[in-house]
Amino acid sequence: MNNAMMNRIVDALLSGAIVTIEVSLGALALAMAIGLTLATIDNLARARATAFVIRVYVEALRNVPSLTFLFLLYFGLAALGLRLSSLTAAIAGLGMIGGAVVFDIFRAGFQSVPKGQSEAAAAIGLKPLAAFRLVILPQGLRLALPPLGNYAVGLVKDTSLVAAIAAPEVMFNARQIVNETFATAWVYGAAALLYLALTFIVGQAFVLFERRLEY
Amino acid sequence: MTDTHTLLTVDRLNKSYGALPVLKDVSFTLGRGERIALIGPSGSGKSTCLRAINFLDPPTNGDIRIDGELIGRRADGRPMTDAELAPQRAEIGMVFQHFHLWPHLSVQANVALQPRKVRGLAANEAAKLADELLAKVHLGHKSGEMPSRLSGGQQQRVAIARALAQQPKLLLFDEPTSALDPELVGEVLTVIKELANEGRSMVLVTHEIAFAREVADRILFMDGGRIVEEGPSRRILDHPREPRLRQFLSSLSLPEGRP
Repeated sequence: MNNAMMNRIVDALLSGAIVTIEVSLGALALAMAIGLTLATIDNLARARATAFVIRVYVEALRNVPSLTFLFLLYFGLAALGLRLSSLTAAIAGLGMIGGAVVFDIFRAGFQSVPKGQSEAAAAIGLKPLAAFRLVILPQGLRLALPPLGNYAVGLVKDTSLVAAIAAPEVMFNARQIVNETFATAWVYGAAALLYLALTFIVGQAFVLFERRLEY
Repeated sequence: MTDTHTLLTVDRLNKSYGALPVLKDVSFTLGRGERIALIGPSGSGKSTCLRAINFLDPPTNGDIRIDGELIGRRADGRPMTDAELAPQRAEIGMVFQHFHLWPHLSVQANVALQPRKVRGLAANEAAKLADELLAKVHLGHKSGEMPSRLSGGQQQRVAIARALAQQPKLLLFDEPTSALDPELVGEVLTVIKELANEGRSMVLVTHEIAFAREVADRILFMDGGRIVEEGPSRRILDHPREPRLRQFLSSLSLPEGRP
């Protein structure tokens, strides 16, 4: 393998890595926003209709394959006249699916806060929203961090799916460069190492975050 | 509506879990500055009765009034939401068997939370008040610690300071020493006695009969969801009339050879 070829492979994978990071961060932010909002509403709302609507969203997005949902957003909407860029569709698709996963993580986290905690909050005269914000949320977030870390690592790996809607991330670029160079083992091997590095960083970030929230 | 001497009126309280009745027509009044102890075997309904007063366990029916104000139900009889109940609960301090301190907040922040977030004190004023109250429960030096670093007895004293920070009209104690190691019970009882000597109004659920005798003006003995006998503490403990109370007291009496 000559230097020029090596440079092309490195360039392709690094520019792919930037897109992978963009999609991961964008989808993570969207998933957290959706999941946290829904879990908060679920925790505070007493109407059964609210819980039902949330359940429908969660079940629908958890039980449709990610690839199907991505195709629906990218090709399906385009057929109906709404053309999303592949990057937008990737972030929206993975973020909405992630919202369902993160909702369940937060819901479990909030429910794991012992009942006495909210009783003590009610007993001093805090209203439900304040009790949630001051007592349940900080404790539930901490309980949710380990599974959130697992989800974030899984998300980085799942971004490889968006190659199928032509988002130029690591796997998309890897396949293209393989077609040009036929350095199959080298390219996919390097791609694997790249994912390993990214997921390691994400995992460590969550471990650090957990330590900071220890009490 | 009510005389100025009466602080708390509990009127024909009933509660059932499904078909199982746990409170049956429980009625009593508490005068301002008075202290009542609820005693009785486990499952007698005394904790449920206490937790009905601030509607943590809402009664199925019956009225609770504090200073004549109906607790937990609006004028039209509809039950209040938790948001509507909040201002009423703010006036009732509660100390739980298992403390329920908030583990993510410092000792000082646990005590300062109510004055800051419910009564709207400035952060520095709330912190100052918290430190004063912590000194009062002999924990001034633990203000900056996290609750998990404290012993059970210390945690319960922080919980007492937290309840005092509400400047409550009424203090409720739900078996405040039952979860403590025996050697830690004394320090908590001492603090409660000190509060009693200040003339605070209290309802205590307790298994510590000697403590009830010392602190409470009156004792209510509950069994099977009813108040079976009530009266001045010494009379109840020294001259019980009801067979069930006699039986209960004798079951508690210490083995031979101990004081």
